[in-house]
Amino acid sequence: MISQFVLLVVLGLGVAGWFAARAKAQALYTGRGSLAAVPSYHGWHMLLWIVVPAVLVWAVWGGISPGLVRGAILADPAAAQLPAFDMERDAILAEASQLARNPDAAAFNPMAQQLAEVVRGIETRFAMIGAALAALTAFAGGAFGYTRVKAGFPARTRVERATLMTLLVASLIAILTTAGIVISLVYETGLFFRHVSPIDFLTGTHWAPRTGFDAELGKDFGAVPLFWGTLFIGAVIAMIVAIPLGLMSAVFLTQYASATMRKWLKPALEILAGIPTVVYGYFAALTVAPLVRDFAAAMGAENPSTESALAAGVVMGVMIIPFVSSMADDSIAAVPQAMRDGSLAMGATKSETIKRVLLPAALPGIVAGVMLAVSRAIGETMIVVMAAGAAARLSANPFDSMTTVTFQIVQLLTGDQEFDSPKTLSAFALGLVLFVVTLALNIVALRVVKKYREAYD
Amino acid sequence: MTEQKLKIAARNVNVFYGAKQAINDVSIDISTGVVTAFIGPSGCGKSTFLRTLNRMNDTIAGCRVEGQIALDGQDIYASGMDVVELRARVGMVFQKPNPFPKSIYENVAYGPRIHGLAGNKADMDAIVEKSLRRAGLWDEVKDRLAESGTALSGGQQQRLCIARAIAVSPEVILMDEPCSALDPIATARIEELIDDLKERYAIVIVTHSMQQAARVSQRTAFFHLGTVVEYGVTEDIFTNPREERTKDYITGRYG
Repeated sequence: MISQFVLLVVLGLGVAGWFAARAKAQALYTGRGSLAAVPSYHGWHMLLWIVVPAVLVWAVWGGISPGLVRGAILADPAAAQLPAFDMERDAILAEASQLARNPDAAAFNPMAQQLAEVVRGIETRFAMIGAALAALTAFAGGAFGYTRVKAGFPARTRVERATLMTLLVASLIAILTTAGIVISLVYETGLFFRHVSPIDFLTGTHWAPRTGFDAELGKDFGAVPLFWGTLFIGAVIAMIVAIPLGLMSAVFLTQYASATMRKWLKPALEILAGIPTVVYGYFAALTVAPLVRDFAAAMGAENPSTESALAAGVVMGVMIIPFVSSMADDSIAAVPQAMRDGSLAMGATKSETIKRVLLPAALPGIVAGVMLAVSRAIGETMIVVMAAGAAARLSANPFDSMTTVTFQIVQLLTGDQEFDSPKTLSAFALGLVLFVVTLALNIVALRVVKKYREAYD
Repeated sequence: MTEQKLKIAARNVNVFYGAKQAINDVSIDISTGVVTAFIGPSGCGKSTFLRTLNRMNDTIAGCRVEGQIALDGQDIYASGMDVVELRARVGMVFQKPNPFPKSIYENVAYGPRIHGLAGNKADMDAIVEKSLRRAGLWDEVKDRLAESGTALSGGQQQRLCIARAIAVSPEVILMDEPCSALDPIATARIEELIDDLKERYAIVIVTHSMQQAARVSQRTAFFHLGTVVEYGVTEDIFTNPREERTKDYITGRYG
């Protein structure tokens, strides 16, 4: 309550300061060039001086006050009979704090009920102190800002600098988040490798994750079947589907389709990219997988499994088609018309021109598109969770059920798990491997695209 | 003077882009042993007309050609005409050098390969060497045939494109402002080359430079607003034009 009020007051002060500073600046105006900045910039400068320090003070207070509140409560005579044991005491304090905010709720612990009144008093007191500090800072900032409104003061450059800082912070947050994720991945992976040697993990062929620590742990954490399943489904089967279909549709759309046809077909193809992967997932599990199984049975396989690498891979390939197609489309369109004319003028047919000139010239872009598609396919989760199966198997038979890195991560981390068992920690190691591989693919692909763009512009 | 023989006869040709008429009732004769230049201000239709001669206009949507264009007496817009065959006989060199992103050798071998002109590697080597020699490029590139054609200089690239065009032994070579992207020295080399080539081929060159037309051609057609204002012996056109508009253009009064 109080904190929202404080924010409103500070903002109100800021607006008032804006008008005050602008009015002062306008009064100083005596003709062209008499002010270093337009009056409204003085207003903004003033507003920043009021709002920013006050909000900072208020935020810092928000960070340190819970500790102070806790100390004050424990020092209160009413808290004397609290149990000394930390966890129990914390539970009672937390409940009392809940009750203090919501007096109508029923108390679970009678001691909390007694404390609630005290807690409310102390919390209110500290919130008031925070509010007073923030308000004081706002006034102090405002006073300082107001004295700065002078004819020669460069308010515009100061405001520009503040804008720059804001934008910088916004972009840093995204970068820091990424860095944080990577660091936590690396850290947890380090914990895992303390129990299981990286060599066992990266070269072992037996995957049966379990809890508990012993010397034999490495034998059950061989991730090769997972890597194989991931590559077989995402980089082999899916690409066998996606590369030819994506490429041919791109060639058709850029070279053969009339303008009207292109207008309708291209968005239709892009709809494929907009389908949620979970929808692809049940399409794979409910429609494609039974077909694949029946086909396998008709081919004479005994007891074919419902879940198969083929079903997951084919559906994933369909999902990837728009990626391959739009990258190929772009790079074919980037081949200069002069090159096409050159070939046609030699008496080459349309398909000869495409095969011998356009595709080779567009190849770097196409390769990059395929790499991006692979990196997406191996990171894809929903389809394999629903259609590929859980068996960690090293097999080249597409009708077998297989498992992937992403699927195992889901399995390892869902449900009640202890967070320090090798089983859960292995998920981070798998995640790190996946991250490194997709990152490498993306970097190489972007390099290729960049180099290629330079060649024609 | 080399022997002159009628190669292409265009009669009453009209070209439309959609509803807009780009060429209006043009009739021109093009002969072997002669360089024919098309001059005229930008947008006058000279490039459009050039492209009708090997049906490169087919690649432009909405383009329609009326009238008759005969190559050795055979109508090239007749329904039985094979465009591939036509373009093998009527080659083209473009404004901007456009070598394929392949090796120098493969650039020249491209046409012979798609038309099946070489029976074996030795034949192909011979065709490549002969074409590069005729294009005056052999001595400069003979030791680096495996290098990319796009790594050559602009003038070399354009001569490579000429070598590529003559590798399929065409009868006519169409050149669409072949020197407009080149420096004066490279331009001079191409002009010499055109002079050498005219003995074997009928050459048509579109150019913005009247000096170039005067230097390399024996016949000149002056295009204006989609029509041929005047067509005749180059010397006459430049020294003694019959039409007022031709005179205004070549004396630089407009264009």
